[in-house]
Amino acid sequence: MGKHRASARSARQFAFVLGEISVLNAIEFADVSFRYEEGAPFAVRHLNFSVAEGEFVAVLGHNGSGKSTLARLANGLLTPDEGTIFAFGVQLGEKNLYDVRRNVGVVFQNPDNQTVATIVEDDVAFGAENVGLPREEIGRRIDFALKAVGMEPYRTATVARLSGGQKQRIAIAGVLALKPKAIILDESTAMLDPRGRREIVDVVSRLNREEGITVVLITHFMEEALLAGRAVVMNRGEVVMQGTPREIFGRREELLTYNLALPRIGVICEKLRAGGMDIGDTLDAATLAKEIAACVS
Amino acid sequence: MKDVSFGQFYPVDSFVHRLDPRLKIVFLIAYIVAIFLASNFYGLAACAAVLVLIVVCARIPVGKVLRAVRGVTFLVLFTAALNVLFYGGETVYWQWGIFCVTFEGIIFSVFLALRLVLLVVCSSMLTYTTTPVSLTDGVESLLTPLKWIRLPVHELALVMSIALRFIPILMDETARIKNAQMARGADFERGGLVKKVKATIPILVPLLLSAFRRADELGDAMDARCYTGGKHRTKYKKLRFTWRDLVALLTGAALITGVVLMKVYLGVPY
Repeated sequence: MGKHRASARSARQFAFVLGEISVLNAIEFADVSFRYEEGAPFAVRHLNFSVAEGEFVAVLGHNGSGKSTLARLANGLLTPDEGTIFAFGVQLGEKNLYDVRRNVGVVFQNPDNQTVATIVEDDVAFGAENVGLPREEIGRRIDFALKAVGMEPYRTATVARLSGGQKQRIAIAGVLALKPKAIILDESTAMLDPRGRREIVDVVSRLNREEGITVVLITHFMEEALLAGRAVVMNRGEVVMQGTPREIFGRREELLTYNLALPRIGVICEKLRAGGMDIGDTLDAATLAKEIAACVS
Repeated sequence: MKDVSFGQFYPVDSFVHRLDPRLKIVFLIAYIVAIFLASNFYGLAACAAVLVLIVVCARIPVGKVLRAVRGVTFLVLFTAALNVLFYGGETVYWQWGIFCVTFEGIIFSVFLALRLVLLVVCSSMLTYTTTPVSLTDGVESLLTPLKWIRLPVHELALVMSIALRFIPILMDETARIKNAQMARGADFERGGLVKKVKATIPILVPLLLSAFRRADELGDAMDARCYTGGKHRTKYKKLRFTWRDLVALLTGAALITGVVLMKVYLGVPY
């Protein structure tokens, strides 16, 4: 439960922010609509969505729900047709695009398609080189970024020889080298095996806890949302559900209407609770086993 | 497909790996010049000796080196065969129509084959020992004078390094698509040349599509990491000329001088 403490704090902060000023928001969408082509259906429609600084938000949704479009809009890779987007109080526009991108990093789905260089340290350095940092500072940034993702021993390794999870951690390090205040992971775990997914989720939740980096984790794996402070469900370009992961997972029938299903283990938890056992929300078999054992004894 | 190891970096730490990439590029050019200047076997032997020295210093396993040669075996044998048959000369061993095998022809073919092999091995040594990034840095640095005529040197160098990086990825992809098409009943083995070429279309089209998709995603990822072209960009790895480079430079210079001297004093190979 300790993991949820930081997120609870940010949820309060979020509430405060909504009531007072919007400057504290890391990312804010105000009535944003976007479509890829004229005449095509809107990928994102009249979206109002914000993420407070230091928050860890999971964005869930099935394919085509608009969640990836959200990532691309937040980073200025796409420009909204209507509405405005703010990043750390700055309205996204042509002029401040690169300031915004320094603050809001995006990690994409396919690790092979976002690595520029062959050697780990060269790739991590890419972003820092782009913004014209001095050499020594780039070196320090590489140290920091590789340490943050637990990949220091691989500094001079060849990216192609790493596992999927390791490659994706390098991609995160490449974004971290720019010292962003927020990171958006756009389905970054989709192509990984369960172990790789675990690595990534662990790394980002630690970054959120220890470095205070705002994290937006876009995924269609429900279990990954558990570590987040808040979960947001998107459907047809709109936010349809919001709340703590526990609340969201509790509304199983509603999730099904958005083509999202709890993994079987979540259903088991729910049934056990309904049957009167005091069991928390977990999608991890080992944890569940421990909790059951605790209840039984 | 897996045999094509050209353009792949072999990660060990060695004397050659640490050389300034600019020097390695210039050395390669000088070496190629030396190979073609060499007019007798002594000259080629000197070239080969230097190459063996490089391979040893670079700590590249012999298997890797031979792999690079294997990729061009057909080309070497083909050109050698053509030369044997058509070179002409005085000492005729065998003649049939326009084909004519002569002593001079055989010597020339062997000579040419050796040249090609040395050329390929030396070029692959460059890519084995130099990461694409430092290779690109080297090219960029060497081409800097061309910035004066407004050539986008940085962009060209980056394009080159990305191309090198994607070679193994696209290789894997080709193999995957080929397997997928074979699973659907495609036949790449039988039929004449035309049929075989036609059979590659179902591989090339998806490969091209995927390459475009990858390029698009890479573009986004680069954009997201604040890439704006060469302006205002700094470099983490600075190229520096050290004593190692001086040693390599002197070796290269000695080789060329030696080859030229041998050409002058020892003459033709036979």
